[in-house]
Amino acid sequence: MSSLADKYLRGHKMPHIWCPGCGNGIITHAVLRAIDQLQWERDDIVIVSGIGCSSRAPGYLDFNTLHTTHGRALAFATGVKHGNPRLKVIVLTGDGDCAAIGGNHLIHACRRNIDITAIVYNNSIYGMTSGQFSPLTPTGSLATTAPYGNIDRAFDLCDLATAAGASFVARSTTYHANHLRDMIVHGLQNEGFSLIEAMTHCPTYFGRRNRIGGPVEMLKMQQEQAIPVQRAASMTQEQLEGKYLIGELHNQQMPEFCALYEQVIQKAGGGNQR
Amino acid sequence: MAEKRLMQGNEACVAGALAAGMDFFAGYPITPSTEIAELAAEYLPQRGGRFIQMEDEIASMGAVIGASLTGRKAMTATSGPGFSLKQENIGYAAITEVPCVIVNVQRAGPSTGIPTAPAQGDVMQARWGTHGDHPSITLSPSSVEETFGLTLRAFNLAEKYRTPVILLLDEIVGHMREAVILPAEGTVEVIDRVKPVCSPAEYRPYDAAMGETAPMPDFGSGYPYHVTGLTHDREGFTTSKPAEVDFIIRRLHSKIEMHLADILQWEEIATEDADILLVAYGATARSAKAALKMARKQGVKVGLFRPLTIWPFPEAALTQVAKGKQVIVPEMNLGQIALEVERIIKAEVSGVNQVDGEPLNPAKILQAIMVGSEVSR
Amino acid sequence: MNNHEIRLSGSGGQGIITAGIILAEAALLDGRNALQSQSYGPEARGGASKAEVIISDEEIDYPKVSAPGILLALTQEAFNNYVQGVTAEGVILVDESITANPSANQHIFRLPILETAQARLRPVVANIIALGAMAKLTGCVSLDALEKAVLARVPRGTEDLNKRALATGVELAENQQKYN
Repeated sequence: MSSLADKYLRGHKMPHIWCPGCGNGIITHAVLRAIDQLQWERDDIVIVSGIGCSSRAPGYLDFNTLHTTHGRALAFATGVKHGNPRLKVIVLTGDGDCAAIGGNHLIHACRRNIDITAIVYNNSIYGMTSGQFSPLTPTGSLATTAPYGNIDRAFDLCDLATAAGASFVARSTTYHANHLRDMIVHGLQNEGFSLIEAMTHCPTYFGRRNRIGGPVEMLKMQQEQAIPVQRAASMTQEQLEGKYLIGELHNQQMPEFCALYEQVIQKAGGGNQR
Repeated sequence: MAEKRLMQGNEACVAGALAAGMDFFAGYPITPSTEIAELAAEYLPQRGGRFIQMEDEIASMGAVIGASLTGRKAMTATSGPGFSLKQENIGYAAITEVPCVIVNVQRAGPSTGIPTAPAQGDVMQARWGTHGDHPSITLSPSSVEETFGLTLRAFNLAEKYRTPVILLLDEIVGHMREAVILPAEGTVEVIDRVKPVCSPAEYRPYDAAMGETAPMPDFGSGYPYHVTGLTHDREGFTTSKPAEVDFIIRRLHSKIEMHLADILQWEEIATEDADILLVAYGATARSAKAALKMARKQGVKVGLFRPLTIWPFPEAALTQVAKGKQVIVPEMNLGQIALEVERIIKAEVSGVNQVDGEPLNPAKILQAIMVGSEVSR
Repeated sequence: MNNHEIRLSGSGGQGIITAGIILAEAALLDGRNALQSQSYGPEARGGASKAEVIISDEEIDYPKVSAPGILLALTQEAFNNYVQGVTAEGVILVDESITANPSANQHIFRLPILETAQARLRPVVANIIALGAMAKLTGCVSLDALEKAVLARVPRGTEDLNKRALATGVELAENQQKYN
């Protein structure tokens, strides 16, 4: 860890703002381990985020980093990638940032299959603003804006991304940290839009209010609820009640946006211009 | 070769952008600006540039900023409703000092209003549209040829001062066609952003004195750095220290205010002997000029002050010219620049205002001039 | 030479705006100043369509036509909407299908523009026929310049068709039945 931290963290920006026991560090660590495993050049990487707890991550990471407006990370990232397709673009976003205010950008980034890897830190709550429900908060959960229990249904973000056209979709958890790293590696390697939903825990605003307990209890809950997609195949609907799948949920190669635009440039006769 | 040809305002906007080196456009269809996106989609790939139609107005503004950070000269075009949607990200470009050009072809509002009818209702939005204290450079052309020139200039100012620049067109200038003589390619002044020459270790993205801007590297060019819409220090990292916050906000303003001589442009027509001064911009300046000619034929001494740079407003020049004159401000709104003019010259001005979706008829301005000349006699 | 304020009107899809552009381009080729503007409704086809062209030897300040000396109307609705604005001595050119009540000094010409396009050429060139007739009747642009402007603007492969349309328009104007 110490060598990874020296290599990729902006040490002078520590300590970070995340609460003790927060899962965001585990996800960010998995992202760095994935980058390190792929031996990517630091300056080839642009890390883009929106607004929220998870979106503070890029400030701590020593790459080209872009902390944008709420919900718009994928829109900015699309401009970065289309502006210079050589760059490797990673978006770090949260459940509110990505699925609520940024939902439109999400489905269209999926549809374009633009070569961006989005890692969604799903802690089921708006943590930065202290505990309002998000589109990924389970029905019935308590939140400051759902004091009688959340009546909204939650998106299955992975199904949404798959339906919208993403070419690689996976889910993992902060409990399955190495598995999470592997999913991120696969996402980064995919030439196209990749979404990795990282289930994480917010002990401060979700765990405590919903009487789940502290970080340890929340991690244990992930262990119980997360079912590897291969294992799920041999389980009944009944057995899968209250569980969610982890692993590679969708992987289908499709033409990538920037590559297609190169063909547009060729067609328009601008191939030798730049 | 410079050639004379009939061109639409929106088309001249794209020609000016290309002359400036625009190589990225992100947009969303909206009347009456759509021709700009259509032509960008056609011409950009012919030159190896890149176009993208985004899912909405907000996303187009985000993509433009993202592309600019990779070194692209980037533009988006919209009209009132889209301009409102883009405001948050325009503010982001202002505080992060990312060069970009936003074209607003104004139409009648508020809200959906009359999509195909002209107005000048977004003048104050161009100045104060986004939240927080921020400077604004806004240019407003009155003719098709000037649209070419001011679009080019918008890019140059954006790159030079690391700021979003707004080109405020209106439906009349954007959609009309008239003869233009465009300069031959390669004969216009093109300003490119200054890149750092120091070592990456020494580079600090916002290390600039009052009135200055720091060099700006492209993402991926060996100078990894942090960009955030949070108020930041000279290194680009979040700060809430009052002295640092105060400095960056004041520097954002100073980099514009300390270069007014470079940024401000205006035209004075027949002002020397004038008793009555018209202050008009955009398409309305054409109506004002027509009214001026009619009034002069009737022996009424009328002049015209026409700002090409609306924000910042050419205050000193107007103060000088307006001295001892009665001032009339015709606008296709209920009095926006009129308030600014009153503030500047510290005297009451009369407005000629129209908000019915029709262009301001010179006869209406002439009428105000005649009333004014009666009063002064 | 005379300055002209011209209003071209009809319904969406009749090529009214294209006609306006061509007219302005022809005026430029004649060495004059020209300005073209337009207004249109939300309909891409049908609905009202209006283009305006100002031709002048002086600088053109105000871009809109307030009192046209020449009006083209290809639909009854367009005629009804715009006939009032025409100057007292103005020239009004309408399709034969339009019921037009001439006023005192206005010159109204009813020509079978749409029918001729349909029967002898193609419906899409009605606007070009109208331009040929207008140029012949009013001299607002020279026929030479108009032909050049038409050929520069129309889709490749349709040059012959458009040339014939222009000639047809001139011919209709020559054979016109002047109403008053």
